Amino acid sequence: MKFSNVILQSAAKVLVFIIMIYSIYILFAGHNNPGGGFIGGLITASAFTLLYLAFDVETVRDIIPLDFKIVGAIGVMLALLTGLASVLLGDNFLFQYYEYVNLPLLGKTGLGTAFVFDLGVYMAVVGTTMTIIRSISEDE
Amino acid sequence: MNNLVVLPLFIPLFLGVSLFFFRTKYRLQQWIAGLGTIATIIISFILIGQVSKSGIQVLHMGGWEAPYGIPLVADMMAAILVTVASIVTLACLIFAFHFIGEERKGHYAYPLMMILLCGVNGSFLTGDIFNLFVFFEVMLLSSYVLLSLGGGRVQLRETVKYIIINIVSSSLFVLAIGYLYSITGTLNMAHIAQRIAEQGQDGLTTTVSLLLMMVFGLKAGLFLFFWLPGSYSAPPAPIAALFAALLTKVGIYAIIRTFTLIFPHQPEITHTILLWMSALTMILGAIGAIAYWRIKQILAYNVIISVGFILFGVAVATEASLNGAIYYLVHDMIAKGLIFILGGTIVLIAGTDKLREISGLVRYRPILTWLFFISALALAGVPPLSGFIGKFMILEGGVNEGYYLMAGISLLTSLLVLYSVMKIFINSFWGETLLSEGEQKSSGRGVLIPGFMLTALVVGLGLGAEAVMPYINQAVEPLVNPQIYIDAVFS
Repeated sequence: MKFSNVILQSAAKVLVFIIMIYSIYILFAGHNNPGGGFIGGLITASAFTLLYLAFDVETVRDIIPLDFKIVGAIGVMLALLTGLASVLLGDNFLFQYYEYVNLPLLGKTGLGTAFVFDLGVYMAVVGTTMTIIRSISEDE
Repeated sequence: MNNLVVLPLFIPLFLGVSLFFFRTKYRLQQWIAGLGTIATIIISFILIGQVSKSGIQVLHMGGWEAPYGIPLVADMMAAILVTVASIVTLACLIFAFHFIGEERKGHYAYPLMMILLCGVNGSFLTGDIFNLFVFFEVMLLSSYVLLSLGGGRVQLRETVKYIIINIVSSSLFVLAIGYLYSITGTLNMAHIAQRIAEQGQDGLTTTVSLLLMMVFGLKAGLFLFFWLPGSYSAPPAPIAALFAALLTKVGIYAIIRTFTLIFPHQPEITHTILLWMSALTMILGAIGAIAYWRIKQILAYNVIISVGFILFGVAVATEASLNGAIYYLVHDMIAKGLIFILGGTIVLIAGTDKLREISGLVRYRPILTWLFFISALALAGVPPLSGFIGKFMILEGGVNEGYYLMAGISLLTSLLVLYSVMKIFINSFWGETLLSEGEQKSSGRGVLIPGFMLTALVVGLGLGAEAVMPYINQAVEPLVNPQIYIDAVFS
């Protein structure tokens, strides 16, 4: 029996954006509030997984043409380099620099290097999760 | 604060991950991995120099002071073990350059070896018990993949067993850490030690310590070693050598660290159990080593015997026996790596690991023969090689404390070790040559560099014991007197 995915596909197109935005919100909330790169990465991966469920593997690969192993590797290196940066500035490994800056539009905003670390974690989690899901789904 | 402490795990992890970008450029991967490991070795020698000059080096990561943050603590024991682990990894990497096939190179074998080194070095250096768990997992995850890469029938069977055993023991590890946290309210090892010393080690704490002993015993191959011979004989020689040299030693290190620093207060329970488990391990391992006629099995059982022997020294827990245990631990990492590399080469050349089907290799491979002979003597503890001094010190410590039965058992197993490795030597090198030059499955030439490297170390560690001893003595100081370690972390 041919199963029609119209409802799932239509809903997915909307939901994926909502989930993605929420995951980025979680990523930014990270270093001071509950959230962070790890959970943000998992939410993003769940958005991608929803695409896989609604559409087929080939279509999604056209939408997101990334090698997720490389994404994960870049993430780990980014997180490690954040640690190294503080070493080069003469502080402890992984030391956080934090500053309030007046940005246009956003006003007074707190910028911390912990975010760069979190971004690395985020990429590593997305990369790893998607590599696992892809290698399982392509097994057939 | 000393940022140097983080480099022995930073360099292998960073370079290991960077190899992901050059998946098909094997030559470049080899260069990066080799040079990165050499850099790690140099850094760890500098670290040893600093520790010997100015005491224990501590790095509070992210600037969070103990007990709130996670410290990396390089005392002399950790610094020495990091150095030796990196050297052995370099030897195994060079060995792997020649002996690892396309199907493994193309599937991240080199990055995984580097990440395994990161896990091992991290376990040695961390000062936080949950962080210890994390580095255990880093090490174990890469070992799962290295074990299953290639996907042979035997490999998959052994990988499933290995993963199940380790998942069970890892979950028990987290459970034990949870108990420990609810008892002491902290995860920093120095802080836990301080609090347990203050409030006394009651029955509950001792029970948790026994749970930890079981977890580390599973990983170290102490008594609960039933998984070990199978999974160490499944992967190809370079990876088996890396496993034999490093993985069980991390379990031993964890036992040494926890039972000298955190739980030294009720030796009549914990150390007695440790003593009997080590004696049983030696006996059962020796039975396995003399019973089998396959090279890989004999060598795997030899790993088990030495685990029992080192932990005998730890269980006696005097300064002399701990000196011996650390010395023998260092010796054993090098010697096990060496003998697995050489044994693996024999198997590769002959194309089989059944001793009765190999014969007369000495005619074609005289250098390999001599290297194997020296490493066999070192393993059995024949003077002046490095095995002898460690054995002597452990036995001296044991006899001084009146453990005559255990000392007798260890002497007997030493003889059986000698018998088991000589069995390999006599059967595979002596006798009529069965293989003609063309029939060999592999030339085995790539073994020479790592073989010479590790043999030189085994001989040098034995002859240069006089020069090495001050460092070993310094490594034992915080083990006998945990206050040194605690003060260094909180200073």
